[in-house]
Amino acid sequence: MVEPDNHRFDTRALHAGQRPDPTTGSRAVPIHQTTSYVFDSVDHAAGLFNLEVSGHLYSRISNPTVAVLEERIASLEGGVGAVCTASGQAAFHLAMATILHAGDHVVASRNIYGGSHNILNLTMPRFGITTSFVDPRDPAAFAKAIRPETRLVFAETLGNPGIEVLDIAAVAEVAHEAGLPLAVDSTFATPYLIRPIDHGADIIIHSVTKFLGGHGVAIGGVVVDGGRFDWAASGKFPTLTEPYVGYHGITFAEEFGPAALSMRARAEGLRDFGACMSPANAFYLLQGVETLPVRMARHVDNTHRVVEMLDAHEAVEWIRHPSHPSHPDHELAARLYPKGTGAILSFGVRGGREAGRKFIEAVGLASHLANVGDAKTLVIHPGSTTHQQMSAADLAEAGISEELIRLSVGLEDPDDICEDLARALRASQR
Amino acid sequence: MHFEVAGRTVNAATGAVSVDRPEVVDAPLVVLVHGAGMDRSVWSHQTRWLAHHDTRALAVDLPGHGASDGPALSSVTDMAYWLCQVADALGGPIHVVGHSMGAFIGLEASATDPDRIASLALLGVGATMAVHPDLQAAADADDPKAAALMAGWMHGPDQQFGDNPTPGMSMTGTSQATIESCPPGVLGPDLRACAAYDGAVTAASTVSCPTTLILGALDRMTPRKTAQPLVDAMVGATVVELAASGHAPMMEEPDTVRSVLGEHLVRATA
Repeated sequence: MVEPDNHRFDTRALHAGQRPDPTTGSRAVPIHQTTSYVFDSVDHAAGLFNLEVSGHLYSRISNPTVAVLEERIASLEGGVGAVCTASGQAAFHLAMATILHAGDHVVASRNIYGGSHNILNLTMPRFGITTSFVDPRDPAAFAKAIRPETRLVFAETLGNPGIEVLDIAAVAEVAHEAGLPLAVDSTFATPYLIRPIDHGADIIIHSVTKFLGGHGVAIGGVVVDGGRFDWAASGKFPTLTEPYVGYHGITFAEEFGPAALSMRARAEGLRDFGACMSPANAFYLLQGVETLPVRMARHVDNTHRVVEMLDAHEAVEWIRHPSHPSHPDHELAARLYPKGTGAILSFGVRGGREAGRKFIEAVGLASHLANVGDAKTLVIHPGSTTHQQMSAADLAEAGISEELIRLSVGLEDPDDICEDLARALRASQR
Repeated sequence: MHFEVAGRTVNAATGAVSVDRPEVVDAPLVVLVHGAGMDRSVWSHQTRWLAHHDTRALAVDLPGHGASDGPALSSVTDMAYWLCQVADALGGPIHVVGHSMGAFIGLEASATDPDRIASLALLGVGATMAVHPDLQAAADADDPKAAALMAGWMHGPDQQFGDNPTPGMSMTGTSQATIESCPPGVLGPDLRACAAYDGAVTAASTVSCPTTLILGALDRMTPRKTAQPLVDAMVGATVVELAASGHAPMMEEPDTVRSVLGEHLVRATA
């Protein structure tokens, strides 16, 4: 049997979305630092504004540098297209704003990034959109929480910070049986570790700031359109299946078929909400994507070394990473993630909150800050930072205890990372 | 829009412009016909533009494809008869823009019922269309690999890397998703219909309407040389070869294709 004639993942990480610049020969992706683009004619301008022809008209809606990053991530994920945004949170908002209305309902995993929990639990209700939170390990819980007005199922492929492993196919089946799309935040996994569309997900959201960018230099997000969900057959998504007066009565699913979501997200969402990515940030983030396969493999290797060290350390009460046999999703992770489950892990320091504070104060190589997915090793105490807006009950439900330390394992020499952590663990026990 | 042919609903994208509005009542009727396993959306770079440029444009879903009622038809001859019925339903004659299998359908319809076909613009077409046995086997089994194979072969080498004319879109990804969404049991017969059709050169020799062939120099599914017998048979046809296109010029060089279609329709309606 012949095989599909497409370039492989590592090649696409370097090349997808770009050909050498035809005018200058520039091999690197140029930074198109421009707000706007000269029209060929009045007819050309009218065609661009009316979605009759493709091209760039204003950098809030599209930009050649940003478009390379969008097309590259779409290619790596196996989607039909992507829309980059100012941040990962902007991407999540754009995805919801494109298909949801006041009165709609979301069923979401309860084990998600604190910022995502905030927008679902606190902010969207002000706009009439409510959310039920469920255990991501229980597909039946998603099914049970779906109501007639539910329009979206949402989860993280690898939960934050407990690295709960989503059984994407099982939850996708639940969503699809109800005529709903499954959106996943796959920031911790990246397409190098898993391609959710291959498992049935319909929309993918990334904070590109994290492992995709990989160097902690630029904020950005992306919505990837899987292109497989049948919006018309579902009948629940009028923004994609009914005429839109904003573009002279266009019906996005009718005109653009599998690209309906991404076309509407760009044409309406970026036009009206304006949370676009800057071309300079797209350039920085592209440098990271080019080395994604190499970096992720090293991130995973280093993480396994750290897990091994922590597992043997007497000051560590517990460790939570799917590579560890004690993790509830250990077997599922081995099946879905043959290349590993990423570089985020959490653990509990013996001695509770005070020992955790001493640990954080004692690390030297690892940086104490609110980010993950940097080339450098990072640590944080979620209970007092990223998840501080959550109530004690919500924290407990999300599995975030007071002594929990979240670690984002970097690309330093693994011996240096382990020595730094071991030194801080000793300090935590004094 | 929806209309009926032989008691079954036909779905068509019209660029969100009604083809029945009074100011275009005398405008050319342009019917765009997709290829095997595809649907109307392959013409998204052309439909809306044509609809806003003095034509009544309809990118139809073939029976059993997209949002048109089934069943799918199993031979190019049957599909050509259906296209003639479309012309009647719309109050034709119609200007046919066909891609790949859609080009065969237009060609056969023009040869058998010339009064109903006002002109032909044929893209990604050869005198014959061989289908790789592995592709046929995957399509017969409704294996998603068929879509991956077609998406890989459909586009030229530049499109494999990208730089899609539509910002942020993956051309191969879009083609693969379009074919994957084809209803079960449709792609295999479509490909068999393409492989079985041997009347292209004969049909071409009888075509009398204005004709334009739009051929991709890098086409791997119907290589440029396979179109030469058609070119030789169609005396007076306009032949446009696009240097950067593979099998799907309407996606790969959409601006040029729009321009060529505009010139073709000017000639055809002169």
